[in-house]
Amino acid sequence: MAAAQGTYATQRWGYYFYLIPGVLGFLLVVLIPQVSNFVLSFTTWKGVGLPRWVGMQNYQRLITDDQFWGSMIHTLLFIISMTIIPVIIGLVLAALLFDYIRDQWGEQVSSLFRAGFYLPQILPITTAGVLWGWILSPIGVVNIILKGIGLAPLAQNWVGDATWALPSVSFMIVWIQVGYCLVVFMSGLSRIDPSLYEAAELDGAGWWQRLTAITIPMLAPEIFVVVLTTLIAALKVFAPIFVLTAGGPDNATLVPSYLTYYHFFTTQRVGYAASIAVVQMALTVVLAIIFLRFQAQQQAKE
Amino acid sequence: MADAALSFSETSTKAVAAPRSRARRGAMRWVVLAILVVLLLLTLFPFLLALINAVKDGVDYSKGGPLSIPTRIDMGSLSSFWNTSDFSRKLLNSVIISVCVAVFGALLSLFNAYAIGIGKVRGSRVILVVLLLGIMVPQESIIYPLYYMAKATGLYDTQLAVIIIFAVLQSAFGTYLLSSVLGSFPREIIEAAEIDGATSWQILWSVIVPVLRPTLMVLGTFFFIWTWNEFLIPLVMLVSNNNQTVSVAMGLTRGQNLSDPTLQAAASLLGIAPTIVFFLIFQRTLTRGVAVGAVK
Repeated sequence: MAAAQGTYATQRWGYYFYLIPGVLGFLLVVLIPQVSNFVLSFTTWKGVGLPRWVGMQNYQRLITDDQFWGSMIHTLLFIISMTIIPVIIGLVLAALLFDYIRDQWGEQVSSLFRAGFYLPQILPITTAGVLWGWILSPIGVVNIILKGIGLAPLAQNWVGDATWALPSVSFMIVWIQVGYCLVVFMSGLSRIDPSLYEAAELDGAGWWQRLTAITIPMLAPEIFVVVLTTLIAALKVFAPIFVLTAGGPDNATLVPSYLTYYHFFTTQRVGYAASIAVVQMALTVVLAIIFLRFQAQQQAKE
Repeated sequence: MADAALSFSETSTKAVAAPRSRARRGAMRWVVLAILVVLLLLTLFPFLLALINAVKDGVDYSKGGPLSIPTRIDMGSLSSFWNTSDFSRKLLNSVIISVCVAVFGALLSLFNAYAIGIGKVRGSRVILVVLLLGIMVPQESIIYPLYYMAKATGLYDTQLAVIIIFAVLQSAFGTYLLSSVLGSFPREIIEAAEIDGATSWQILWSVIVPVLRPTLMVLGTFFFIWTWNEFLIPLVMLVSNNNQTVSVAMGLTRGQNLSDPTLQAAASLLGIAPTIVFFLIFQRTLTRGVAVGAVK
């Protein structure tokens, strides 16, 4: 008995060896850089020589930096196109496909729609950017269509005009995001017992009533997951801005990620850029902790 | 949640088998179908635009505009963009990097999960939370130190740097997924193997890996696609043209201000094409297992 316990204990210790590559990698790629970035945010540094300690100076400057506040406001606006609109469209589409199309036209038609709406989601964002940059350009497809149907005055320099750049980028983001929401919601719906819908229908509930009384409450966990993950993603919007507008025109589409990139690699104000990244990180960690707690609760329920 | 994602296939077949007691209605079902078809066409319209304009010649475009169907297929714009951007090189780079990340990322995930799920090493829960927090925070907050370290070690502008970084970042998610699967692995099987004198290394490869093979394939698929689409880190790390990925090349295309509309369409189409290929190959994995990717 004692001998058996002994071998088990030594074998248990043996398992720690399997953590060595993972822990080493995590230290080098995540932890050390993360800590370094945090420390750098209290310094001023051009990327060469030694960083000079300046305490809270970067953060004090941040509070009065219009570009930074502008980028935070744009992040709030991107929540509309990253989270709110795609979740609403995704819910309605998922409910239509699950509770109506699948019933009336069969499983395959519904799957076909799901796959089609999902397609933009797996495109590299930079490719989506090239595609939409071309479609939205002054001589692009949107303007040609507007002119063709006699609405020439509505034609705009969509991504090159400070008024229209943010809505235009947002439009592309909605196009990308709907598929993600739809697919997560549809996989959640597969948990629901179809007889629930049948019973509701017998009781005279219309499609809209079934959506609000069954679909949305049953999908609460998925909605929570999608909302939090897309909120986290909204804090990190970078590629669409890099490709479509480079933060312009006139800072109209500046976001924290782009501002950080710009200060790290263009103005070389490394300490300042690091402080913006720290703010971004702190906000993400708050959302991430809420998300992880929720996940743990869900698992405990199962 | 991860387990739920992997068991979709069973639940959906159950739903199909449900009795069809609900009446099919006449006109309404056509209206709803029509609305959805219009929405789907709008969603797919940009893809179609890229396709029809990429194979149009300049004369055709200036005569008919972007909406006309090409009168003949002209590969001029496609081959022109392919050659000027050295697209075969970019494709090869993307494939090398993504395949390596898929393999090494899955391997790292497997080792971590083996220690956590089977070895039940102390502090497993803390390890998982730290790993997940680590990948959820924005890459902006690690990019500069990584850039500096890469320069200091001579790994800057090498694909190896990008492979190492992504293998580690993505293994965090893989560890989370695999350790929840391995946490419920029947202990008796492992104990039986131990009594037969198998070392933990032998148990890993002859007992655990065969069981996990489908999950590892799903994981590898996700790592591959995620890595293919990554932008910020490859953009910073891979400065020379010869090392860049498709995603980075696409991101830099806009800056080059392609004046010719058909050339822009060709660039878009070439960026889209690999994705369509993956989509057709991995469609079921991608749309079913998407909840797996939800924490990313």
